[in-house]
Amino acid sequence: MENNSSILIGLQSRFGEDTFTQQSTMDDMLTLWLPCDKLKEVLQFLKTGIQQPYRMLYDLTAIDERTHQKRNGSPSSTFTLVYHLLSFERNSFIRLKVALSDEFPKAPSIASLWENANWYEREIYDMFGIKFDGHPHLSRILMPRTWVGHPLRKEHPSRATEMGPFLLSDEKLDLEQAALQFKPEEWGLERQSEDSDFMFLNIGPQHPGTHGVLRIILQLDGEDIVDAIPDIGFHHRGAEKMGERQTWHTYIPYTDRVDYLGGVMNNLAYLLAVEKMAGIEVPERVKVIRVMLCELFRIASHLVWYGTFAQDLGQLSPVFYMFSDREKIFNIIEGICGGRMHPNWFRIGGVAQDLPKGWEKLVQDFLDYFPKRLREYDSMVMKNSLFKARTVGIGIFTLDEAIEWGVTGPGLRACGMEWDFRKKQPYSGYEMFDFDIPTAANGDCYDRAVVRVEEMRQSLRIIEQCLKNMPEGPYKADHPLTTPPVKKNTMHDIETLITHFLGVSWGPVIPAGEAMSCIEATKGANGYYLTSDGNTSPYRVRIRTPSFPHMQMLPYISRGYTVADMLSILGAMDYVLADIDR
Amino acid sequence: MEEATSTYLLIIGGVLFALLNVAAGLIWVERRMLALWQDRYGPNRAGPFGLFIVLADSLKLFFKEDWIPPFADKPVFIIAPAIVMASVLMAFAVVPFAPGIVVADLNIGLLFFLAMSSMGAYSIILGGWASNNKYSLLGAMRGAAQMISYEVFMGLSLMGVVLMSGSFNLTEIVEAQRGLWFFIPQLLGFVIFFIAGIAETHRLPFDIPEAESELSAGFHSEYSGMKFGIFFIGEYMGITLISCMVVLLYFGGWLGPDLLPPIVWFILKVFAFISVFILLRASLPRPRYDQLMEYGWKILLPLTLLNLVVTGGVLLWLGE
Repeated sequence: MENNSSILIGLQSRFGEDTFTQQSTMDDMLTLWLPCDKLKEVLQFLKTGIQQPYRMLYDLTAIDERTHQKRNGSPSSTFTLVYHLLSFERNSFIRLKVALSDEFPKAPSIASLWENANWYEREIYDMFGIKFDGHPHLSRILMPRTWVGHPLRKEHPSRATEMGPFLLSDEKLDLEQAALQFKPEEWGLERQSEDSDFMFLNIGPQHPGTHGVLRIILQLDGEDIVDAIPDIGFHHRGAEKMGERQTWHTYIPYTDRVDYLGGVMNNLAYLLAVEKMAGIEVPERVKVIRVMLCELFRIASHLVWYGTFAQDLGQLSPVFYMFSDREKIFNIIEGICGGRMHPNWFRIGGVAQDLPKGWEKLVQDFLDYFPKRLREYDSMVMKNSLFKARTVGIGIFTLDEAIEWGVTGPGLRACGMEWDFRKKQPYSGYEMFDFDIPTAANGDCYDRAVVRVEEMRQSLRIIEQCLKNMPEGPYKADHPLTTPPVKKNTMHDIETLITHFLGVSWGPVIPAGEAMSCIEATKGANGYYLTSDGNTSPYRVRIRTPSFPHMQMLPYISRGYTVADMLSILGAMDYVLADIDR
Repeated sequence: MEEATSTYLLIIGGVLFALLNVAAGLIWVERRMLALWQDRYGPNRAGPFGLFIVLADSLKLFFKEDWIPPFADKPVFIIAPAIVMASVLMAFAVVPFAPGIVVADLNIGLLFFLAMSSMGAYSIILGGWASNNKYSLLGAMRGAAQMISYEVFMGLSLMGVVLMSGSFNLTEIVEAQRGLWFFIPQLLGFVIFFIAGIAETHRLPFDIPEAESELSAGFHSEYSGMKFGIFFIGEYMGITLISCMVVLLYFGGWLGPDLLPPIVWFILKVFAFISVFILLRASLPRPRYDQLMEYGWKILLPLTLLNLVVTGGVLLWLGE
């Protein structure tokens, strides 16, 4: 808070008292409105001009405000751009908002200020039709190039049934086919250099090395990569748009599928934001249950990464061992939640059910079993000299570059920065646990692997503490907005019965306002930035995923390496396509 | 005269029959052994121990549409798999399985084997080129570079054996090992030959021409049906051939205690080496293309030459 006021005073003294309008939010993040023409100066100032600067562009998104009712006196606008900056030294965020006032507005691009602004601005253009002046390559990024309209605008239909039947006329077919033609110039690629013709190689969308529908256009000179351009969006399912039509409660299962290896950890990121807005404080038992399941999923996700990474480098066996270990985790998850990959088990204000009888044994068995296996994998994979030859010194980025490109999670820690949201901005009771943050120094593919492997050990420590110290108590908060409402509170009088009935049929009405959550997910920092208009469904759901900026960095870190190295780089990045495309 | 001809025909027929069946059977062996090492079951449904999977696989390959991509260079595309099959089978002509069981007991048998195994490189290059596919082309280029470089010291590593036995004839080489199998004095030569052999058959860890995770399937991406099947069988025959050569040159061929007939000794030894091939595939990652070449030229080649010089020197010294 002191931090917030000092930076506000600093900004006001530099740019004038009237430049900024402060808005209060549920997440206590300093939120300032500023005019469009001052934007670049202010951002530049925050990034480089102050003590303890805001060096990372954490997220950049927009909101269509045209049907937004309860604005709490913030400046009127048709569209709002929202910039989230993160300062590591201050350990705090700042949120800057810019009001735009046209149907198809324009804003200055900050792509020259932060490298990772490039894709974020393209995404906003794609989703809202907002144009950015000075952007080097403003084109669609998630939607097909032939798409009509901008999906996250309120007038764009959100269901197929609102769009009329699909017809593919001959002309449309020709157009679609023409759009598929590959022209290097459209991607900003040269066909030849002074002394050689380049070969263009499509890795994907269907390729065993991309782990999903991802296309990478490689510009090759022999086997050396001159440039690599990721073409994303094949996995785009409109998760953010879906949020605007689901109730607060029924959106939970959709979050499971964003980072589909992270399972309930996605629920947590979403629910933390919802609970901030609803003002729900969850019981201790809920916190510990949530932490335990999240850490189990962290191990499960890292195991998938571990096995497939080794497989990408040609080692066939580890993936089988690791998937059978993951199976053991899924057996625990199944015993507790009933589901496996997408248990959809956390609820607003709690979890779906209490832990089943005998859960301790399931977890204890795994704790006894797994450390030995991890040691085995160390000698099989991490200590293997061929594995080292393929990963040490490959795909290096420095700490400065990582921050510039918005890298979070193990990628950031592999550069030597001890930054983990579980420690720095603890949520869901992580401050009660004793664990270390593994780091490494070189920022290459091998170090990223080292960090992840060590993280699994730390997760085991956390799970063990959950097992030993599971508090007694309710599994859901005693609060009118929890979903589904606690049944035993209903049968008292007509008032509680009606509340229960409305809570189940319409879902809870979350008070107007906005909040962002930020958790240390399996692949980096995941967060939900939610805006409520005091309704049964969110006004805007923004999902900040770690894989999106990570994939954006691919060209930068793979230039000059060979095709085989790119597989190491992709493997060490540990992305999930649904996490990139949402 | 007629009797001799019919014996030869019998041997040729027998060898062909046995080899093709062994190669097909290896599909089952490899899948079961990999499964064993990877905590899985592998094919275990069709027939006893899943043995009929071989039958099912070959039937499937035979009845698949024999598709040639319209953009491919048709004649070359067809010829490429035939080359790998022909060259490996030809090489088997000089392999003595037991005393008297050999198709052609050439006095330059070893050179003939080297010549034939080099021919295999053509199938990769031509197949990759004719497919007119970028992945195939990259795979073919890698394959060509790899096979040519590993050929060099594959041949050189064998010269130690030739020096010691004084012959290129494989039967005589085996006979020369009655006292001591050559893998003891020629340990270095054996190791290098085995590594080069793996590279020659482009099996993991030297499968960079195919490199599934990078080049999908490399030089045979575009192949399907029986043409793919022939590449596949050719690979297994290659493994069998290299294992046979290792046994003949370094492990005394059919020699062994009298309690088993020579042919059984030979088969047992060959099978042991085939298992090593499969175990390697189950355990090692794949080096990068340039690392592989570096390893070959900077480490293996000098070692081979050293081995040759030392062997020659020791023999001269002993001879005096």
